[in-house]
Amino acid sequence: MAEANIIGGLIGGALIGSAAALLLAFNGRIAGISGVLGGLITSRARSERPWRLAFLVGLITAPALYRLFYEALPLQLEADVPTLLAAGLLVGFGTRLGAGCTSGHGVCGLARLSPRSLTATVTFMSLGIATVYFAKNLF
Amino acid sequence: MLRIFSSLVVGVIFGIGLTVSEMINPARVIGFLDITGRWDPTLAFVMAGALAVTLPLFRFILRWPRPVLDRQFYLAAKSEIDRPLIIGAAIFGIGWGLAGFCPGPAFAGLASANPGVFLFVAAMIAGQWLCAKTYG
Repeated sequence: MAEANIIGGLIGGALIGSAAALLLAFNGRIAGISGVLGGLITSRARSERPWRLAFLVGLITAPALYRLFYEALPLQLEADVPTLLAAGLLVGFGTRLGAGCTSGHGVCGLARLSPRSLTATVTFMSLGIATVYFAKNLF
Repeated sequence: MLRIFSSLVVGVIFGIGLTVSEMINPARVIGFLDITGRWDPTLAFVMAGALAVTLPLFRFILRWPRPVLDRQFYLAAKSEIDRPLIIGAAIFGIGWGLAGFCPGPAFAGLASANPGVFLFVAAMIAGQWLCAKTYG
C-alpha cells in the first residue's frame, strides 16, 4: 500500500465539503465543477456567467498562490499527449451526459442521498478502477 | 455582486481543499483507483472529510425557504436513474482512470502551468461542448 495523506485528505476534504455547503447556503447552487464549467460554455442566460467565472477564478487562485509563496504544486501527470486528449474528451463528454462529476455527484449528490448520484458515483469509480487495471496489465 | 463575491470565496476554499488533500495530483487519484497495486487510500479520506461536512449541513440548509443571496435553490430536478446517467458516468470513469484527472483538480491544476493540464482541460471543454451539441 502507498503512503496515504490521511491528515491532508481529511482537512482538504472538510474544506471541499465546507465550500459546497457555503455555495448552497449563499447562492443556492450545487458545487459541481463540471456543471459550473458546463453552464459557462453552453448557458445562454448572461446572468449565469459571472458567478461561474468567479468560482473558477477562485478555484485556480488557491493553488496559484500556493505555488507562488510556498513550493511547486504536488502534481505528477504521467499520461502522454494522446492519452491526455482522449481522457479530457471522455471526461468532458461523460460528465455532461451523466450530469455530474466527482464533486457534483460524489460530494453534493451523496450528501442529498440522491439515488442518481449514488449510481453515478459507483459507476465512475468502478470504470476508473477497471481502466487503471487494464492500462497497467494489458498495455 | 454579493453572489459573485461569495462564489469567488467558495472557489478559493474549494481550491485550497484540492491542494491540501493533494487531489490536484493525478498520481494520487490513479493510486486510489489502483486497488490491485500499491493502493493509495487518500481519496477515501477526502470523500469522508467532505461528506462529514456536507451530509449534516445540506440537510440543515435545504430546510431554509431560500438561500441567503438568491430567491431559490437550484437543484437537479431529475430523480430517475436513466441511460444517459449510467453511460455518461461510465465514459467519465474511463477518462478519469486514463489520466487521473476529474474536472475540479484539472481546472485547479492549470495553476501549475504544466502544458499537459492545459491540453486536458481544452479537450475536456471540447468534450462538454460536443455532448451539448449532440444531446442538446
